[in-house]
Amino acid sequence: MTRILRLYPQLLRTGFAEAVAYRAEFLIWMFSTNMPLVMLAIWAAAARSGPVANYTQQGFAAYYLAALLVRLMTGAWVVWEMTMEIRQGTLGLRLLRPIHPLLQWSADNIAAIPMRGVVAIPVIGILLYVARSELSHDWFSWLLLCPALLGAWLLYFLVQAMIGTLALRFESAASLFDAWLGFSNVLSGYLVPLDLFPKAFRELAVVLPFRFQLSLPVELMLGRWSRIEALELLGAQWAYVLLFLVVTRAAWRSGLRHYAAYGG
Amino acid sequence: MMRAARVVRAQLRASIAMALQYRLEFAVEGALALLWVGVTLFPLIVVFGTRPEVAGWTFPEMLVVLGWFVALKGVLEGTLSPSLLQVIEHVRKGTLDFVLLKPADAQLLVSLSKIEPWRLIDLAAAGAIFGVAFHRIGRAPGTGQVLLAAALLGAAVLVLYSIAILVVSVAFVAVRVDNLLYLFQSVFDVARWPSTVFRGLLAVIFTFVLPLALLTTYPALALLGKLTPGTAVGALFGALLFATLARAIWLASIRRYTSASS
Repeated sequence: MTRILRLYPQLLRTGFAEAVAYRAEFLIWMFSTNMPLVMLAIWAAAARSGPVANYTQQGFAAYYLAALLVRLMTGAWVVWEMTMEIRQGTLGLRLLRPIHPLLQWSADNIAAIPMRGVVAIPVIGILLYVARSELSHDWFSWLLLCPALLGAWLLYFLVQAMIGTLALRFESAASLFDAWLGFSNVLSGYLVPLDLFPKAFRELAVVLPFRFQLSLPVELMLGRWSRIEALELLGAQWAYVLLFLVVTRAAWRSGLRHYAAYGG
Repeated sequence: MMRAARVVRAQLRASIAMALQYRLEFAVEGALALLWVGVTLFPLIVVFGTRPEVAGWTFPEMLVVLGWFVALKGVLEGTLSPSLLQVIEHVRKGTLDFVLLKPADAQLLVSLSKIEPWRLIDLAAAGAIFGVAFHRIGRAPGTGQVLLAAALLGAAVLVLYSIAILVVSVAFVAVRVDNLLYLFQSVFDVARWPSTVFRGLLAVIFTFVLPLALLTTYPALALLGKLTPGTAVGALFGALLFATLARAIWLASIRRYTSASS
């Protein structure tokens, strides 16, 4: 444990240096995240003639800008890295290092967060300028936002890692993640706010893990929940985080027994 | 010209044979393509659950736009992107030399070098979406409208292809930004809505600078019989102009290209 605590900051520093070295590519990846703005366009057009449910044009702007912010801040790409390293056999090198490969990847992904913040600053500025009155007025909500964002990132990372471990057994693990992404886009509130869903979809979406990855932090920013409700939802989010942590660890262990390095 | 057609045919045959080796991938990726069509449809269904009309478009009319979007996305991600991503890979590794040395036009050789035939599912899905849309409208499009729409579809594919070529030309200068094509793919997502959804500056940008209106809105209007002849002619000319420009820039970039290995 103390060894990990000693090594992890160094891994973070290396990861950060890497993110800075590839800054041009990194920025382009960030700019490729535009789906909330595409969705904002259609809803803003729909709300020209008056509010949709309880969303005004400004309300939609607040929702989708917050969604963009959460997506930018909680990105991860470990599934692609895992599938590539497993296929190419470079995973062998990682396994030799004295620290768990999942921790190494997590350091890479966390170290990119400062760079993500740089891109997020203009979005925060626009959000404050366009829709300040739509944001939560309760400091408690903003306090809970920190653990909620961390939980959202962990969920995203762990699901990717879990699917990535399947690459130790199957070829098409990355395709599986693509399918998961399709469901997630709909059920996490990334495309449409959950409270505008048809009833049956909504009842499904509120119990699945997807919402905790995007919708919950967004709702906290918009102050949709009372303090008690917010705490309960945060608890549910972290329960999912723990569940995925346990499953991912188990999947990694059993998958590794199947792993035969290529090359040599 | 005959020679060019033969090159294209040979290239196409090789890429299809290549892709068909991976049969399981065919099934998996095909299913995924269907899933993503569903994901694309979902927001539209929710929006029109709350409103009968958005920005002057009814639900079935909007479906026609979305149908073109799904079809063009299939073309973009099924042929143009995979092929042109290979060019960028060639530039980085220095293997583009081998392509340039071949006795045929390089642009022709790279443009169809890799295709993903399962994206045909997108075209089938687009057909189904058109079917539903015109069933709801209650009439089929006339022959003239279909022909005009087909002409505009040709123009749309040409524009899409030209933008992709332009993006790749940038890669010759700045190899670092090899993911620029992904950025364009995500900007293309805007074309799922008709151009009247946007207002002010954005409307101008998406019509003239980055002609997304030309890609889906105009073919949809043509199919619905709402496109004025003036706009149609303008769109066709605009597409040709754009393609000529892209070709000129591609040739200029090729001239600037110095192999990575030298």
